[in-house]
Amino acid sequence: MALDRWIGLILLGIFAAYGYAAWFTMDGSLAPFMQRNPIWPSTFPKVLSVLGILVGLIIVLGLEKGDKPREENPSVIVYRQLREFKLGQAGLLLGLMVAYALLLRPAGFIIATVSFLVMGSVILGERRWVTMIVVAGVATGVVWYLVQVVLGIFLRPLPAFMGI
Amino acid sequence: MLEGILIGLQTAFSIQNLLMVIGGCLIGTFIGMLPGLGPMSIIAIMIPVAISLGDPSAALILLAGVYYGAIFGGSTSSILLNAPGVAGTVATSFDGYPMARDGKAGKALTIAAIASFCGGSIGAILLMIFAPMLSSVALLFHSAEYFALMVVGLSAIAAFAGTGQVAKAIMMTLLGLIMATVGEGALFNMPRFTMGLMDLQSGFAFITLAMAMFALPEALYLVMDPNRSKSGQSGDIKDLRITRDEARSIAPVIGRQSLQGFFIGVLPGAGATIASFLGYAVERNIAPEKEKQEFGKGSIKGLAAPETANNAACTGSFVPLLTLGIPGSGTTAILLGALIALNVTPGPRLMVDDPQIFWAVIISMYIGNLVLLILNLPLIPYIAKILAVPRNFLIPFILFFTLMGAYIGQNNATELLLLVGFGICATILRFADYPLAPLLIGFILGGMLEDNFSRSMQLYDGVSFVWERPMTLGLLVIAALLVILPSYRARRARLRARGVADGD
Repeated sequence: MALDRWIGLILLGIFAAYGYAAWFTMDGSLAPFMQRNPIWPSTFPKVLSVLGILVGLIIVLGLEKGDKPREENPSVIVYRQLREFKLGQAGLLLGLMVAYALLLRPAGFIIATVSFLVMGSVILGERRWVTMIVVAGVATGVVWYLVQVVLGIFLRPLPAFMGI
Repeated sequence: MLEGILIGLQTAFSIQNLLMVIGGCLIGTFIGMLPGLGPMSIIAIMIPVAISLGDPSAALILLAGVYYGAIFGGSTSSILLNAPGVAGTVATSFDGYPMARDGKAGKALTIAAIASFCGGSIGAILLMIFAPMLSSVALLFHSAEYFALMVVGLSAIAAFAGTGQVAKAIMMTLLGLIMATVGEGALFNMPRFTMGLMDLQSGFAFITLAMAMFALPEALYLVMDPNRSKSGQSGDIKDLRITRDEARSIAPVIGRQSLQGFFIGVLPGAGATIASFLGYAVERNIAPEKEKQEFGKGSIKGLAAPETANNAACTGSFVPLLTLGIPGSGTTAILLGALIALNVTPGPRLMVDDPQIFWAVIISMYIGNLVLLILNLPLIPYIAKILAVPRNFLIPFILFFTLMGAYIGQNNATELLLLVGFGICATILRFADYPLAPLLIGFILGGMLEDNFSRSMQLYDGVSFVWERPMTLGLLVIAALLVILPSYRARRARLRARGVADGD
């Protein structure tokens, strides 16, 4: 089974869970006066879940056929290229983004951002340290100035233990 | 209408808004040239900036400028590097890149700039004529018709997805719709599908989703597949002029493709990509035999056709957005989200309630086109230099801007984790060839779709509005046909290929 149909199966599961919530659990907490209403908060989700499950089945069972043979399906081709892709780098960068999300508040904007930009370049194979630090420093300063001063959105510049 | 145009002129020609157009076009051109970054990503990145401007006309003008700039920038990288950053400029590389290889890069860029300018300007004139007409018709619509119209829009997007893709596109639309139901709706005041998480109480943030769907997967693709961002030779660019004969031969192409591109752009779901491919195909078919041979080897007609058509289609795609409040493409969907964030509801009332926004946007389209022509022609040789930015620096910055965009919008670090999570899902979906634009369009239209549906249900005390209002029924039938016809035709074509006789 190709990747797209596996994903179809996962999506089918999502719609089934969503449908379960809409059909069976949501209406329990509905206030009595709202039950007289022709439309309930669960009405629209109920319709969506039915449609989603139908379309999901069409994808999983492969009922809709393309005009190209399966081998030329772009998803099959990409799937095969996957081994040539640099998945490690992408994973590290995503990890870096998560770290940035968690550290942005505690470490402050300046430290978090400069290290994010430098680490990002390092992961991609850059080794010119001075250039990297200068570029990251200047960019961080400019963005902080734009966001904090021009747009007026608060961004804590320094680590939490150093005051603001 | 004249009054409206004057108000629009006044708004668009204020110093601030002129700067917005110029700035937007420049930013769009520069970022649009980077391979892998299309208009959707750029607009998604620019939204926080636009929203914090506070003034809806200025914000929309800025974003429209960015949009145009990005399309033009995309053509530049298609011509110089054969690396189209956007699907809409793929057809440009068919003839643009061979011209550049023959040392006619300057001429190719000039033709692209002129064709884009003409397509965009003619498109803006048509927009001025058709938008008010459509608006006045749309004022007759009630909730029930709006509901039906949105269903038509969503199914058209799915139907244009191409054979073998209809189910996937519908799936993505539905996924977007269920994501829109998360959080507290306006009609019910009760949290739905939040799984008890406080952070989901207000639903998913649209900016986060837009970044995660477009900017992040493109950046990750650049990381994973280094060939996509390979920088070519920047080379010397000279000989920008086109001769009188060349101008004479491309003039009719530009005229035809402006009209055709605009009307394709108006259709929901079609947009710049289809317009440019169709424009290229039509021009090749009607060209004389001798010129037909040149297509694909550096024909100026083959370059002018998709360039004109994609710009005219971009303008055309504003028609359903401004008059019906229904976005026809991923880009206009993002614009719609930005407008809603600025407390402006696009739709037929926009022309009546906020004429200055409506007309200022249209007027600034002319200005944007002019700015692009004036700024870009002399800048072409310098613009090409940006292609030399090393990807080791470029990619961390793209990632950083997506993070910043999501953070500024919500001021909430959880949003960043959601961004990464959705980004990973979106990349996997792209691997599996699921289209992502329908998801975002579904997400943005979801709230409105449900509101209109609920309102009609309440007015008619049930679903009877579907058969009691002929227009609603008609629109819903059209929606059903749009979904069923492509699969039916594909099936019939397969049967015919197998030698089975047709039923009719």
